[in-house]
Amino acid sequence: MASRGVRLAVLGALAVALVALPFVADKFYVQLATKVLILAIFVMSLDLLVGYTGLASLGHAAFYGFAGYLLALITPQYEAASLWTSLPIALAGSALLALVIGTMVLRTSGIYFIMATLAFGEMLFHVFHDTSIAGGSDGIYIYVRPVATIFGWLPFDFEKFTHFYFVVLVATLGVYAVLRNILDSPFGRVIVGIRVNEQRMRSLGYHTFRYKLACFVLAGTLAGLAGYLAAVQFGVVNPDMLGFHLSASGLMMLILGGMGTLVGPVIGAAAMMVLELVFQGISEHWLLLMGGFIVLVVLVLPHGLIGIVSRRGAREDPHG
Amino acid sequence: MKEGNFRSGGRRKFLQDAAVLGSAAALGALAPAIVRAQAQKVKVGLMLPYSGTYAQLGIAIENGFRMAIEESGGKIAGREIEYVKLDDESNPAKATDNANKLVTGDKVDVLVGTVHSGVQAGIIKIVRETGVLHISPNAGLNAMTTTLCAPNMFRTSFANGQVGYPMGKVLAERRVKNAVTLTWKYAAGEESVNGFKDAFAKGGGKIVRDLTLPFPNVEFQSLLTEIASLKPDAVYVFFAGGGAAKFLRDYQAAGLKGKIPLYGAGFLTDGVLEVPGVAAAAEGIETTLHYGEGIETAKNQAFRLSYAKTYKLQPDVYAVQGYDAAVLLAAGLKAVKGDVANTKGMIAAMEKAEIDSPRGRWRMSKAHNPVQDLYLRKVVGTENKVIGVAAKALDYPPASLCKMA
Amino acid sequence: MELDTFLIQVLNGVQYGLLLFLVASGLTLVFGIMGIINLAHGSFYMIGAYLAWSLSQHLGSLALAILAGVVLTVLIGMALEWLLINKLYHRDHLYQVLLTYGLILVFEELRGVIWGNDVHGVAIPEWLGASIRLTDTLAYPVYRLWISAVCLVLAVLMYLLIQRTRLGMMIRAGAANREMVQSLGINIQLVYRVIFALGVALAAFAGMIAAPVSSVFPGMGNQVLIICFVVVVIGGIGSIKGAMAGAILIGLVDTFGKVVEVDIGGFRVLPELAGTTIYLLMAVVLLWRPEGIFGKRL
Repeated sequence: MASRGVRLAVLGALAVALVALPFVADKFYVQLATKVLILAIFVMSLDLLVGYTGLASLGHAAFYGFAGYLLALITPQYEAASLWTSLPIALAGSALLALVIGTMVLRTSGIYFIMATLAFGEMLFHVFHDTSIAGGSDGIYIYVRPVATIFGWLPFDFEKFTHFYFVVLVATLGVYAVLRNILDSPFGRVIVGIRVNEQRMRSLGYHTFRYKLACFVLAGTLAGLAGYLAAVQFGVVNPDMLGFHLSASGLMMLILGGMGTLVGPVIGAAAMMVLELVFQGISEHWLLLMGGFIVLVVLVLPHGLIGIVSRRGAREDPHG
Repeated sequence: MKEGNFRSGGRRKFLQDAAVLGSAAALGALAPAIVRAQAQKVKVGLMLPYSGTYAQLGIAIENGFRMAIEESGGKIAGREIEYVKLDDESNPAKATDNANKLVTGDKVDVLVGTVHSGVQAGIIKIVRETGVLHISPNAGLNAMTTTLCAPNMFRTSFANGQVGYPMGKVLAERRVKNAVTLTWKYAAGEESVNGFKDAFAKGGGKIVRDLTLPFPNVEFQSLLTEIASLKPDAVYVFFAGGGAAKFLRDYQAAGLKGKIPLYGAGFLTDGVLEVPGVAAAAEGIETTLHYGEGIETAKNQAFRLSYAKTYKLQPDVYAVQGYDAAVLLAAGLKAVKGDVANTKGMIAAMEKAEIDSPRGRWRMSKAHNPVQDLYLRKVVGTENKVIGVAAKALDYPPASLCKMA
Repeated sequence: MELDTFLIQVLNGVQYGLLLFLVASGLTLVFGIMGIINLAHGSFYMIGAYLAWSLSQHLGSLALAILAGVVLTVLIGMALEWLLINKLYHRDHLYQVLLTYGLILVFEELRGVIWGNDVHGVAIPEWLGASIRLTDTLAYPVYRLWISAVCLVLAVLMYLLIQRTRLGMMIRAGAANREMVQSLGINIQLVYRVIFALGVALAAFAGMIAAPVSSVFPGMGNQVLIICFVVVVIGGIGSIKGAMAGAILIGLVDTFGKVVEVDIGGFRVLPELAGTTIYLLMAVVLLWRPEGIFGKRL
């Protein structure tokens, strides 16, 4: 591990770069960075489930998409919704959905859990895809982004991409701080204990189901935050936001970055975005390259990119 | 792919800028992105599916587009055309982001795309926000030229309802009393069926039952059993591609062919008749579409010959739509003498343009959707033979639904 | 619904279910015995269908194409096990999911490179081409009945193989205790390789015999995959009996979900939400028996 001084220097440089970005870079890069940060929130929330609690979910996009849909549905057609009402509703909706789905899927474990989460994600996909409640297969628009007006004061404006970038940056740091605190708390030690040996935790008197459910709901809510922000950024939601491919991509970003760390998801999200751009530049059969790359990462880089630089960082493969 | 030069909006910009950024970073400075101005060329963003199920359609559209440009020597109003390609993967989740890459990242002058209507919805969002000139060479979602219409958006293909409407009209005129409809449960299918129902009901026909199945499910057996027990006078369906081929064969295998007449939007029998067994299963089926291989005009014959020579492929309706998109763009560019920044002037010219298309002459409605003849076609062998015009100069859904009208 | 229509719908449901069984059985075998979750299973269904199409053109007969296709896919399966899958036995399911997800992308894109993105049809062999007339408007294709018969025969064979043969005994023992079997001098590596290849071949075979009725088109593997997951979760992972029960249940629910009309408070619940019925069934089963109908207690 690098010395403390070097780490601080790296972090400081990164902080300066992140703050300076909108002032020096083209709009395209600011939006790209915004997207990466939103994905980072999504992958961090997934990490809480997969990397820390040991619950490999293949349906995490359901909560991401659901919150986006909630924003789209409560936004009046040609007016703006208020950030201060729409965000809590979207988060509460995702949390509730996670509670319902979690109650069912957490009765299973291991491979059943993977398949059951996948199937529930697909079910939600069909609910939005097949019915006309939200534009069916074409999805639904958010014409006007939510406004943050509070008592007549507008602290920031989502229609300005730089403002939105900073809000997302703050949200990302906030999610990081919240998760860091939770993981360092007694609660965090219990969930890691569950991942390592659930049987033992149960015999120690912990009601493991409740802990897992709490994690599932928290992860679902944070994924909802990411989905809400994504809906604000893109201004349109559609059933594919809930689908299996996004869930799988999330897992890929997590593994690539390094799970069981909170920095890994951020690195993974950024690396995947960059890789996609590079692969698409190389060949029109870029999915072949992407597929091959995924296989390769699983085989040679199980601890992710962060595993290369840090020995204590990434979580060990539990069976390996 | 011609020229083999596969580049794309965001990613090309990304690679270019990465190099710039790399050298700048070496100097210890974070350089702003530098966009090279290429004043003499017109940048056309082609946002189309180049991978996945719709890849063939994307390629046909691009071929048609390039052919029209090449016919005028690769230059329009003295300006060369530069293509910036982007594979939209038919993935709606990435649609706004991809469109944004082309518009904001690559700063294209005109955005052409796409096939999948969910992806189209994302494009509409971006082009409405940015005001960039946009031509859709396929996706038929009604909303684009009704509730969501905008001055900078044009379509050279069709509206979903526009293809279903004439079939309903024809059946009502034939005094068919009742019909069952069947489609996938998604927007394109439902809009097509609604167009059919609109005309069919206006003419006094009755819909016995609307059947649907989840997209892209192709297990039709239970629905065919239902149709057999309902015994309607006619069945109208909307299916395309692999699903259409399977449906036609299943319909025949279930013994329904010849007992209950089957009709559909033209996509049912387009591009699938070469599939073994399908031509026989489709023989005699009537469909409506804005194109048919056998249109006997000099324009169409010249188009087909030239396309076949250039690409060693038979052109289809998608190639025609791509071709017309380029013709439309050329009309706009010529009117402003190549001054692509004059968007207003281009829009005015494109609105007035009369397109001499392989499908026949057509012009834009006030909502920027083609006002065109819809042909009644019948499957004979492996050809969709044009047997008449089902609806002349059809404007549907009516342009009056658009605020611009 | 009239009685004869109802009965025909039941037949439709069972027939669809039997085909699902064939695909799902490979998935459940590979998991139950080897502990490998294979997302690329649906891709083999697609590969099978494309092989049936391209080989039957070269060989001039569907039967020969299927024979060659099975041999080919067994070899592909063994090669995959040797190259990639055997590196996953001691790894978390998560890595298995990801690696096989990567394979989905690879296979789908390779399919595009090798065979293109066109839709293709495969002719039904002439001797099976007839239809049986059931009502004055409806006929039932003999080929569909033949598929059902083949699926049933294979189901019985699989059951006998696992319960009654030496290989089956090794398989069952291997599933129970890998190390012990190995210490008895049985080459468990080879057994696993054969099982994986068998699973691949089952999915591909299902794709091949379904090709004449399903047509051959891009993306056909993915929809089958997800339905098979539901089948396996409902039936219980690793259980052949469970796969059969789950598949027939799904076949029936899917069939009736599309044609039955249910209104609740003016909202057309069915067939409006037909796409979600199979998932709802799964949710109910999960609440009732999280390990699936025939699964072992967790």
